[in-house]
Amino acid sequence: MKHVTRKATRHVNQNEGLIFEKSSPGKAAWKLPPLDVPDVDPSKLLGSAERKDLGQMPEVSEIEIIRHFTRLSTWNYAIDLGMYPLGSCTMKYNPRVNEVVARLEGLANGHPYQPERVSQGALRIMQVLSECLIEITGMDAITLQPAAGAHGELTGLLMVRAYQQSKGNPRKKILIPDSAHGTNPATAAMVGYDVEKMQSNARGMVDVVALTAQMNEEVAALMLTNPNTLGVFEQEIHKIAEVMHAKGGLLYMDGANMNALVGKVRPGDFGVDVMHLNLHKTFSTPHGGGGPGSGPVAVKKMLEPFLPKPVVITKPDGTLAFEYNRPQSVGRVRAFYGNFGMFVRALAYTLANGPDGLRQTTEDAVLNANYIRKGLEGIYDLPYSTPTMHEVVFSDKLQAKKGVKTMHIAKRLIDYGFHPYTTAFPLIVPGALMIEPTESESKEEMDLFIEAMRSIAAEVEEDPQLVLDAPHSTRVSRLDEVAAARKPVLRWKPAS
Amino acid sequence: MTPMRYLPKSPSDREALLKAIGARSINDLFASIPAEYRLERDLKVPRQMAESEIVDWFRERSRENGDGYATFLGAGAYYHAEISQGTLQSIFEFQTMICELTGMEVANASMYDGSTAAAEAVMMAVRLTGRRSAVVANSLHPEYREVLATYAHHQSLPVTATSFTDTARVNLKELEKLITQETACLLVQSPNFFGTIEDIAAIAEIAHKQGAMLVVSIAEAVSLGIVEPPRQADIIAMEAQSFGVPLGFGGPYCGVIATREQYVRQMPGRLVGQTSDKNGKRGFVLTLATREQHIRREKATSNICTNQALVALMVNIFMTIYGKVGLRELAKQNLAKANYAAQQFGKHARVLFPGAPRFNEFVVQTTEDPYAINSRILGHKIVGGLPLKKFYPELGNAALWCCTELTTRTSIDTAVGMVAESERSVKSAKQEADVQEVTR
Repeated sequence: MKHVTRKATRHVNQNEGLIFEKSSPGKAAWKLPPLDVPDVDPSKLLGSAERKDLGQMPEVSEIEIIRHFTRLSTWNYAIDLGMYPLGSCTMKYNPRVNEVVARLEGLANGHPYQPERVSQGALRIMQVLSECLIEITGMDAITLQPAAGAHGELTGLLMVRAYQQSKGNPRKKILIPDSAHGTNPATAAMVGYDVEKMQSNARGMVDVVALTAQMNEEVAALMLTNPNTLGVFEQEIHKIAEVMHAKGGLLYMDGANMNALVGKVRPGDFGVDVMHLNLHKTFSTPHGGGGPGSGPVAVKKMLEPFLPKPVVITKPDGTLAFEYNRPQSVGRVRAFYGNFGMFVRALAYTLANGPDGLRQTTEDAVLNANYIRKGLEGIYDLPYSTPTMHEVVFSDKLQAKKGVKTMHIAKRLIDYGFHPYTTAFPLIVPGALMIEPTESESKEEMDLFIEAMRSIAAEVEEDPQLVLDAPHSTRVSRLDEVAAARKPVLRWKPAS
Repeated sequence: MTPMRYLPKSPSDREALLKAIGARSINDLFASIPAEYRLERDLKVPRQMAESEIVDWFRERSRENGDGYATFLGAGAYYHAEISQGTLQSIFEFQTMICELTGMEVANASMYDGSTAAAEAVMMAVRLTGRRSAVVANSLHPEYREVLATYAHHQSLPVTATSFTDTARVNLKELEKLITQETACLLVQSPNFFGTIEDIAAIAEIAHKQGAMLVVSIAEAVSLGIVEPPRQADIIAMEAQSFGVPLGFGGPYCGVIATREQYVRQMPGRLVGQTSDKNGKRGFVLTLATREQHIRREKATSNICTNQALVALMVNIFMTIYGKVGLRELAKQNLAKANYAAQQFGKHARVLFPGAPRFNEFVVQTTEDPYAINSRILGHKIVGGLPLKKFYPELGNAALWCCTELTTRTSIDTAVGMVAESERSVKSAKQEADVQEVTR
């Protein structure tokens, strides 16, 4: 174990069962005030619709609940503990002030249907955030309604379809590069489009010649992630846009990697017609272990009539209002107005940064990814040598000779005190190691990471079994995922 | 430039990094962006603000946003109470409790919200039955119906609406005619948009007779504490917001889909399963991922990736706190408050849809436009019931009122007083007009 870097150390960690295993009748963690209206007999009011029993719901005390969730929280890795280089996810710092302002009484407790007269604060937040995002993307209009990135894709493609329909033909196909996120093809299918895969060229980019050959009047749009999932900026993006536009197609940009662009270049300027943002990536709202997200969709002028309804407008008297009368709208993609709590956090982040902070953030994110690339190049195989933006993708080619795959290296990284990088994605790189440090890492933390990765590479040469059996320091060793899928146990049941 | 507080690098760190990389300046790293598109100016966004300025700015917005008002609004978003952190085990507990409460066998790790959960549940029924049409109750939340329409539009899935009777329940006779051998599913809400509890057994029988599935949407989760869950349903699409998630002007909330075990492979969204490690120790993993987009791509059950995990954790903590006994007591207080309020309103105005059980919402019809009455009630820092004209013009001057455990008797009495006053003044104005008519 001579290579182990002292980033992490073992320490006592509490065991904790399922909450149901602590339950016993007569314990409680709740107290309601006495009723100030006459009590009722539920059986009289509800008849046969009355529920008599709540089954296996737990009965536990407050201190047990506090300990239960506190213990569980210590089993999780989090950005607040250290570098979280999960590529494509942009695991950046979630500023504390975001949480403070999101909990202000009028914002946290505002009802979505309260009169507009007493909703001006919320409407103003939506309007100011919209203006900032439009400026950042270089687009013309925006909807904040989609609840996550994939939901934004759905909304964007619905607008593409409505636009193409308005031109007389919704068209049949969406072009999607083989490096794309799985959500892209899944979304196209939900909007009734066939997916046509495009092969990336030797540099990991869109092959403009092949695209020109593939593009025709059956194609509604191209869905492109830029920088793409290799962390590479599509240098011929303007030509790609031209090819699409020449045949009446639209360019959809998956904005998952916008953290590489903010303040340096605007998608609207390089020909993008419609794009989504992930506020939980680029704009610092928490990932929360898988949500809530928020996936605003920004569009060019010609797509504005198709935005989901309602949209926020300024009335002649200067007050803000929701406008529902949108005859060409694609409709609603969600009840109410979207994940408003995320709008508050994203705007607080934007205000904390200002134009200079936003630009510096992007520069630091790109600087960090390039530093890691430099530190690991030669130790790990770099399948594409094209310039790196905010994330770098290696492969396990060198380690695979010893039987060690990307997943093993990722699990070993846990022993060194880091969350794993993204494994086995993008699909065009066999055995991918996708590393996105974000701007939130200091030089010291990255040096520890590089040292850890180099140390693991050395272990692979000297003692591959050590890496194959990792992790060695976690509460549980490698879990049997095959058994979990073969005979799914998806809920707790009392021992019979 | 002053250092930006979220960025942990000094100017000399940046220099060192650039040197290590072998770049002369930061812009070398952006050289792959064609020069004509590089942004050479500052973004036109507000200047960098201090933390105190940010808090002040949002406090101002908070004050403009109904801070300190009592509310009688429900309609898919309910004012109860609040809490907040988590893991796979927590989600496993969440799935378990959702199953217990809904009477279903499996529940997923969450969906965006109740409206998208309902739309995805209908798509799931389409895949399971191989049939391509759906029937939806008009008493389903109108915005949920709009979302379903958006989702169904490009799936070549015709959706037919079915009406409600004068008890606000689904019109069973009409249903008999609408549901055929071609119907994939029927989607109803219970308690429905008007607060009325549907006769799920009767509805299920009609749907199942034709081989159609029954999807039940539950928008007010607290109802499950005292209202029998729709056990005859095949899929339940729920909004769990009222389990401790703040109103937050409409989001983030917590949708969830629950169903029978046999249908799990067509269920959208993430699932946590129990397994063990090589030492036999219990552990939890994301499972049955072959349904999902990152594996199946265009053949996935849904495009959903990010869900509402942190909100599901809040819901889990809430369900744990109230538990087996507290949830029932909480629901009972809702029932009592709404019952009292409906009785009081009934003395002065018309409470619509008698004859079927309700949970915590009810519809009051007034002579005067409810917008006008609400605007006076607002003067007392109370937000009145939701005027229904926008969604159900056929109900005239009707408004949907909601009472939860947080609604005080004082605010009920104040609101009832304002409605009574409105009715009295309309009546006396009418009498005056009648008297003038007679004397002429």
